[in-house]
Amino acid sequence: MTATVKFGKDLTGLEGLSVEQIATVLDVAEPFKEISERPIKKVPVLRGKTIVNLFYEPSTRTRVSFEFAEKRLSADTVNISGAGSSIVKGESLVDTARNLEAMRIDMVVIRHGSSGASQFLAERIPSNVINAGDGQHEHPTQGLLDMLTMRDQLGTLAGKKVCIVGDILHSRVARSNIWGLGKMGAELAVCGPPTLIPHGIEEMGVRVLKRIEEAIEWADVLNVLRLQLERMKAGYIPSLREYNRFFGLTVGKLEKAARDILILHPGPMNRGVEIDSQVADGPHSVILQQVTNGVAIRMAVLYLLAGGSPERAEAAKGGRRT
Amino acid sequence: MSRPIVLRGGRVIDPSCRRDERLDVLLIDGRVAELGRDLPAPDGGEDIDVAGLVVAPGLVDLHVHLREPGDEHKETITSGARAAVAGGFTSICAMPNTRPPIDDPAAVGFVRAEGERAGYARVYPVGAVSIGLKGEEMTEIGELVAAGAIAVTDDGRPVWDSGLARRTMEYTRAFDIPFFSHSEDLGLSGAGVMYEGSVSTALGLRGIPNAAEDVAVARECMIAELTGGQLHVLHVSTRGSVEVIRAAKARGVWVSAEVTPHHLALTDEAVRGYRTEAKMNPPLRSAADVQAVRDALVAGVIDCIATDHAPHHYEDKEREFDDAPFGVIGLETALGVSMRELVVGGRLDLIELIDRLSTRPARIARLPAGTLVEGSPADVVVIDPDERWVCDASRFLSLSRNTPFAGEELVGRVVMTLVGGRVVYDRRDDRKAAREGVEVT
Amino acid sequence: MQSQSNYIVMDERAVRRAIARMAREIVERNAGTAGLVLVGIHRRGVELAELLADEITKVEGQKIPLGTLDITLYRDDLSVIGPRPVIASSDIPQHIEGRSVVIVDDVCYTGRTVRAAMDHLADFGRPARIFLCVLVDRGGRELPIQPDFVGRHFDLTPAEDVAVLVPAEDGQLGVELRRTEPD
Repeated sequence: MTATVKFGKDLTGLEGLSVEQIATVLDVAEPFKEISERPIKKVPVLRGKTIVNLFYEPSTRTRVSFEFAEKRLSADTVNISGAGSSIVKGESLVDTARNLEAMRIDMVVIRHGSSGASQFLAERIPSNVINAGDGQHEHPTQGLLDMLTMRDQLGTLAGKKVCIVGDILHSRVARSNIWGLGKMGAELAVCGPPTLIPHGIEEMGVRVLKRIEEAIEWADVLNVLRLQLERMKAGYIPSLREYNRFFGLTVGKLEKAARDILILHPGPMNRGVEIDSQVADGPHSVILQQVTNGVAIRMAVLYLLAGGSPERAEAAKGGRRT
Repeated sequence: MSRPIVLRGGRVIDPSCRRDERLDVLLIDGRVAELGRDLPAPDGGEDIDVAGLVVAPGLVDLHVHLREPGDEHKETITSGARAAVAGGFTSICAMPNTRPPIDDPAAVGFVRAEGERAGYARVYPVGAVSIGLKGEEMTEIGELVAAGAIAVTDDGRPVWDSGLARRTMEYTRAFDIPFFSHSEDLGLSGAGVMYEGSVSTALGLRGIPNAAEDVAVARECMIAELTGGQLHVLHVSTRGSVEVIRAAKARGVWVSAEVTPHHLALTDEAVRGYRTEAKMNPPLRSAADVQAVRDALVAGVIDCIATDHAPHHYEDKEREFDDAPFGVIGLETALGVSMRELVVGGRLDLIELIDRLSTRPARIARLPAGTLVEGSPADVVVIDPDERWVCDASRFLSLSRNTPFAGEELVGRVVMTLVGGRVVYDRRDDRKAAREGVEVT
Repeated sequence: MQSQSNYIVMDERAVRRAIARMAREIVERNAGTAGLVLVGIHRRGVELAELLADEITKVEGQKIPLGTLDITLYRDDLSVIGPRPVIASSDIPQHIEGRSVVIVDDVCYTGRTVRAAMDHLADFGRPARIFLCVLVDRGGRELPIQPDFVGRHFDLTPAEDVAVLVPAEDGQLGVELRRTEPD
């Protein structure tokens, strides 16, 4: 039996995970991919567990991915979304947490607009808390599925050059990628308009590339971020047209690449803004594979966190495997 | 009047006359009557042994928020004035950003009267610069001063209109009061919630750059130079501000500045874990900024320490970092934090620290405080300079608990505080009560 | 302190004899090799299933479809023992609908593994018949499950344990009795 890598109660970010923990999640995700290919896409491992998907921000993609993962593991799930639910409306997060706890749930998957919200919740309830994106902080399962997709294609992450392109300042995906890929030994860069590059990013072990042409020349992988259209209104960029011309990933720019570059995008895409359709649908794009891997990664995370406390695992060692 | 009191055998430290010697202090009729060796016991008076302790002029805080009227669940004038004396402060200046704000003479009178009625620290109202703190129309500053205001400010917000700032610094000259400036460029601080740097980037929290303060302090200094008015810069927190103030002072601009104990002690690292008790404005900055404000305080570029005591209710801080209000309390920890950060490391002698906590702030606001020379008000603090104690927020006299120092060891503790010759705080009472309690059971 | 002494109770020849016998029993019970599928349970059951299939092929001249099952996700004790990070994929070769599936494992003890394996198989289809074949039956069942084909029975004391050794995992073929004794 391989030594068991222990996990904490929660997954609030990749910053706090060890190399071994990240490797374990990626490894465990592999067999979960196969389950989704079966005629009966369901295993009973989380039977009887109750999971609440608490989404303060709208997100069809991440919520559906989590929901599939939960259902394929046979958990009972409830969705609470910000719009139109009384539990969220006008109630403080701490009160919502207490209410959920009173309903005897096992896990909470939380998406929230404020950085730190998942940690806030995790510190106040005994259930497992999984961060599905908190403000501009982290989106750990997205980071993990990005890494799994890169590893599928490249065989390893160590030594690979990954450049994250676009609105780094407001991106939780960027932060989770930076923490996770950095731990796994990838070389990292970011590229985008200087107004959207956060202060002190170099201290996270990241180089800053000024032009996308430099990024294309340098990188093995480009992870292209979604440009929130409200950034234009807030004055970070003058226009979408200009953004596409100078920072968008277009066929014309990509053709100049000396070698094949893997293209990722966390979705949903603004075609013609940060990425051209020919690139998104082109041979080097693994954007749909990211979506497939997303379910497997979330199954792996749910499975690993649901496994009970390390103490109980320790206590159970006395009993024999049947 | 209160009974005469002799404080016997203490080490009297009085920066106003550079005195640091073992003397008895006689307090009669609310005044310091006599200092000397082996003073006779006063008739019908109290003889208090303070041997081994420091006797200093009561501390003066130019910057506290008392929340009354409007948010009495966070702090009242009475609870704040009581917390003040527990922290050794005998004079405190109450900021006008209450609900409603202190922008008319009646409101000023209310704060002053409530302070007197409470009978703890002396409470000096600071009036608003603009009506409703809106930054548009100037208040009746003359009337506010006549009612008891000792300065004006829109603290909590900057006076963003440079024209209004100019007229304020001109007009206040007629009444010999300082303009207290909350120096912040709102366009640069934006929606920021903490210092902009690697920690804010890692936490995904919006940053406030140093330039937001630097630019505004520079503007205030230029306007002070233009007008000849008295400028006092509140809560200086950046190395850039320090340089601007240093240069302005060198040019002869009438400017003074304060720094808070938390900006002397903590960096943005304290925010990690999304600790809302480390959320304040200006934010906790980098280690280089902490070093700069410490050096500036030692060198006299920054004149004094003020707490920016900003009480918030537990529930207001128990929430997402973005949504939690700015501010921390400081009255009951200011001395212990300042001594730990400045005296223990030898940066300041005790007399220099008392100077920055009492004598200098009193001079900036022209308060009758900060001295123990014969004839001055009998506002006295008795300090055990060697006591190390752990900050326990649950024992604060303030109604709020939002301190970033909970659980930390602080150095130097208030033993007794007297205002107008009357003991308004005596920690030995607590201990005596505790002892008697043990005997009863 | 405790010490453990190990004894080989079935050597390679004994194991091979048992497998040869069970192979014949399986073919006999199934009345030939028609519709027969062997499914080994990760990890040692997989290797035993391969040995059985080779044996059947040798005797009957027919190739027998082989599958593997990892029952980790079908266990009923996740919250008791914690997650097991090493999960292998299950690989069932073809439709098992209407076929005779022989579940192969090394040791039959409480029966919970077998229950999980049957749950797992059901997700791939509805076999006509499921048999259970184990090299060692050590008793101690907690569920009403009995093997159809057994290499050898062992009656164990509480201080004893039995382990099947296979070449890929342990470098040899055999069965080992492990006795824990107080010093």
